[in-house]
Amino acid sequence: MSKRKPYIRELPRDWWMKQLFYTKYMIREGSSVLITLYSLILAWGVFRLSQGETAFNGWLEALQNPFAIILHLLMLILALYHTITWFSLAPKAVDLWIKGKKLDDKVIVAAHYGAFAVLTIFCLLIITL
Amino acid sequence: MSELTIEIDVLRYRPEMDNEPFTQTFEVPYTAEMSILEALQYIKDHLDSTVSFRWSCRMAICGSCGLMVNSVPKLGCKAFLRDYYPQKISLEPLANFPIERDLVVVMDDFIKKLEEIKPYIIPEKEKCLSEGTYQQTPEQMAKFKQFSMCINCGLCYAACPQYALDNKFTGPAALALLARYNRDSRDNGEAERMKIVNQEEGVWGCTFVGYCSVVCPKDVDPAAAIQLLKVESSKDYLIGMFKPD
Amino acid sequence: MSKTTEKTYKRSHEPVFWGLFGAGGMLTAFLTPVMILITGLLIPLGIIDQHYFSYEKIHGFATTWYGSVIVLVLVALPFWHTLHRIFHALHDIGINRGRDWQQVICYGFAFAVSVFVFTLLLQMLTAPSLFGF
Repeated sequence: MSKRKPYIRELPRDWWMKQLFYTKYMIREGSSVLITLYSLILAWGVFRLSQGETAFNGWLEALQNPFAIILHLLMLILALYHTITWFSLAPKAVDLWIKGKKLDDKVIVAAHYGAFAVLTIFCLLIITL
Repeated sequence: MSELTIEIDVLRYRPEMDNEPFTQTFEVPYTAEMSILEALQYIKDHLDSTVSFRWSCRMAICGSCGLMVNSVPKLGCKAFLRDYYPQKISLEPLANFPIERDLVVVMDDFIKKLEEIKPYIIPEKEKCLSEGTYQQTPEQMAKFKQFSMCINCGLCYAACPQYALDNKFTGPAALALLARYNRDSRDNGEAERMKIVNQEEGVWGCTFVGYCSVVCPKDVDPAAAIQLLKVESSKDYLIGMFKPD
Repeated sequence: MSKTTEKTYKRSHEPVFWGLFGAGGMLTAFLTPVMILITGLLIPLGIIDQHYFSYEKIHGFATTWYGSVIVLVLVALPFWHTLHRIFHALHDIGINRGRDWQQVICYGFAFAVSVFVFTLLLQMLTAPSLFGF
């Protein structure tokens, strides 16, 4: 008779808290909760915009609340975290070959950061036109 | 020098007498050039001959000695005591696999998945030997070479939370191997393999945690293989919408 | 050749959601930080004067055809990214009950907000403006 008795270890529910790499992954995924909130604030802004000037100004005023400022600061940090992780993984989804050589990962990441800087400055300029 | 020692915790499990694993601590002489595998061999030769673990080549080629070193999947032969000394080291069998005995795991599911992805060249039509070999340029080979370096050690499965959460997921190494054959210019089996890729248990079980590529001892980068296959699967989906098979 | 029973494979519809996730993720990675910076910090703190973000200016922009498309994309697309992640994260943290419903709620939410914003913009685009002009 076989003495085999394979032992199966249960995955703990908090597996993502036991390893820094997994925790960072969960923060990456969790950033989407605050980004959802930000997008909801924007969608609300569009709603207020459709209701006329007073309503829209009310929305702008609400954003001056210290609580709103802190919340936006937090959202900015997590959005930037999303950006950093997105850019660092981007080369893995790119399959560009130039003269028989795969495009270097560093070039792809640098190109992303370059475009990010250009877009950020462009947006800041266009809003103050 | 020979006075230095290091403590090593080994997770033991003896199916004929234990109901669950337990930790046994050993004190092993420390030298800077000693690998984890050598430390285990020291334990087996000098301290407790009943400790079981797999090993063969001692040089990161055979892929037998995978285990968890301080909860990180590593090859025993490619991890060294000096990187942990003087802290205690904890050794456990590879995560996400059932334990057969001590540090030996049951890899049947992993092997089954490797076989399922049709890991062989499916040529357009069989050539007679007299017609010569299937030829390939270095550039064509470069397209898949990285994904062909896998030694089937299973570290990426131990690193993959999606496989841990649902072991129906085809998993990193098998998908990287699949990409290796799909990207081979001599192969014509892409249509057959895309059926595996397109499933929920295919590439879509992956959420791009990316740890598989970090722990891979041969820099195969299964996470990249899976992302590229996701792109292929999406193209295949679009084609499938207009041209249902 | 012996006739082995070939396994049946079931195609996943994930590419649809993954495509939207990827597009939304791209947009979020490149533009959300500067958007938060402008609407959430620089304007409310008065570092950029509020007249740059006045009702007339924003309303004027949102009621051009290209402006309304841009606003729709900037506001609605990130939802398809974030709700996709939330849906999968629920599985990661072990909430396995009613995965079908979770899916309907997550993507349904993204869809509902998209329609909401789309309707508002369409209404602003077609309705005669109450102010200005």
